[in-house]
Amino acid sequence: MATVKEGYKYAETHEWVKVEGEIALIGISDFAQHELGDVVYVDFPEVDDEIAKGEEFGAVESTKAASDLIAPVSGTVIEVNSALDDAPELINQAPFDNWMIKVQLSDASELDDLMDAEAYKAFCGE
Amino acid sequence: MEENKKTCLYDKHLALGAKMSPFGGFDMPIEYSSIKEEHMSVRHHAGVFDVSHMGEIFVSGPDAEKFVNHIFTNDITDAPYGKIYYGIMCYPDGGSVDDLLVYKMQGNNYLLVVNAANIDKNDAWIRENSKNYDVTIDNKSDVYGQVAIQGPEAEEKVERLLNLQVKDLAFYTFKEIEIEGETIIVSRTGYTGEDGFEIYGSHKYINKVWDILIASGEVAPCGLGCRDTLRFEVALPLYGHELSAEISPLMAGLGIFVKLDKEEFIGKEALQLQKAEGVKQKVVGIELNDKAIPRNGYPVEVDGKEIGVVTTGYHGLSVDKSIAMALIDAQYATLGTEVEVRIRKKTFPGTVVKKKFYNKNYKK
Repeated sequence: MATVKEGYKYAETHEWVKVEGEIALIGISDFAQHELGDVVYVDFPEVDDEIAKGEEFGAVESTKAASDLIAPVSGTVIEVNSALDDAPELINQAPFDNWMIKVQLSDASELDDLMDAEAYKAFCGE
Repeated sequence: MEENKKTCLYDKHLALGAKMSPFGGFDMPIEYSSIKEEHMSVRHHAGVFDVSHMGEIFVSGPDAEKFVNHIFTNDITDAPYGKIYYGIMCYPDGGSVDDLLVYKMQGNNYLLVVNAANIDKNDAWIRENSKNYDVTIDNKSDVYGQVAIQGPEAEEKVERLLNLQVKDLAFYTFKEIEIEGETIIVSRTGYTGEDGFEIYGSHKYINKVWDILIASGEVAPCGLGCRDTLRFEVALPLYGHELSAEISPLMAGLGIFVKLDKEEFIGKEALQLQKAEGVKQKVVGIELNDKAIPRNGYPVEVDGKEIGVVTTGYHGLSVDKSIAMALIDAQYATLGTEVEVRIRKKTFPGTVVKKKFYNKNYKK
């Protein structure tokens, strides 16, 4: 069974958000990495790119397929996790410890639309 | 929606926790553990695949040899019992109906092993073209189960665990063996670039083979995910990708399986012309300088102009690079040509290279 971690917010497209003040860290859930299989590449946006909630901001590629990353919140990309360039398998090993991008939130109220751990657990169980 | 068919090993896949996905009209296992692990099992040890979805069509009768030669690009004239031929069935315009194996059985009898997705299309094509020939066509796809045991340790595993004598089988030959009250077919063939065997038998026998191999813990269950990465690395074509109604065997670089000196076969004139004039498009290999992965359908460009399309692409498992096969305009097919592949919003530079990314390891 996939792990769902407390203290994170979740989108229906299986990205997670961890909020640190006005900054949001975005990654993918354990459920998502399990579905994808071995991750071999993360296609990041550029720093300073604007991302919009519900829209694609990059892709994560496993051996099997490319899967779009959908922005769970809107904002400006302030950092990408370049450690994943050399070790994309970290996503499989520790999906909650390895964020993909850091975003300056443009509308913190969007966080209310995301699921908490309990709701996401139920969502994945469906 | 029509429900997908299930192979005779379907319940075994579920019990092993396989990720299942539709392929060729069947619910098939894509991976059990991980594509990479299964891929490496086959390259270095032994793995077993459920390939029961493949179609088995028998052609027999007084005109069987003449008829198979009529619909098949390879030459099966005077084929000895036990020999296997790879080739293509073509349309009159040279496009491919399917690629297949022809097994020369005893007497005037040939077994055609075809791709799952094309069973119905092939069955209709074969019948339609058989009208002027005295042949009987018997589609036994639902009767046979099939497993492939592949890898450098395959021979030892098949001999010891299944008690089948296969050491003496040469590459691309088969034998029929009486076992458990039935006649099974064992051939030294596969789709991985490694040594290995394919076994055809009743659903009951194939289940027994599967159970023995899995219970031994010595042969890894392998899904279609790694079957694709394995065949791709050694540049074996997959119908619908490197061969299609639009892609002739000559465009796919399979000329050695097209016997243009044969008296006649469907597509011969068109293929002769393609050979004389040179094909307009060719399947080539492309290596990217970046880790982004070129997938099926992504455009290949030169100076911003689309010159072709990726047919299969992966992050190589045996070679740590992003690699692809692509169908591109022949003028750009020279090795070393610089191209770009459009991946989502960006283009990534790459080079035309040999499409065989890994050397086959057949036992001949």
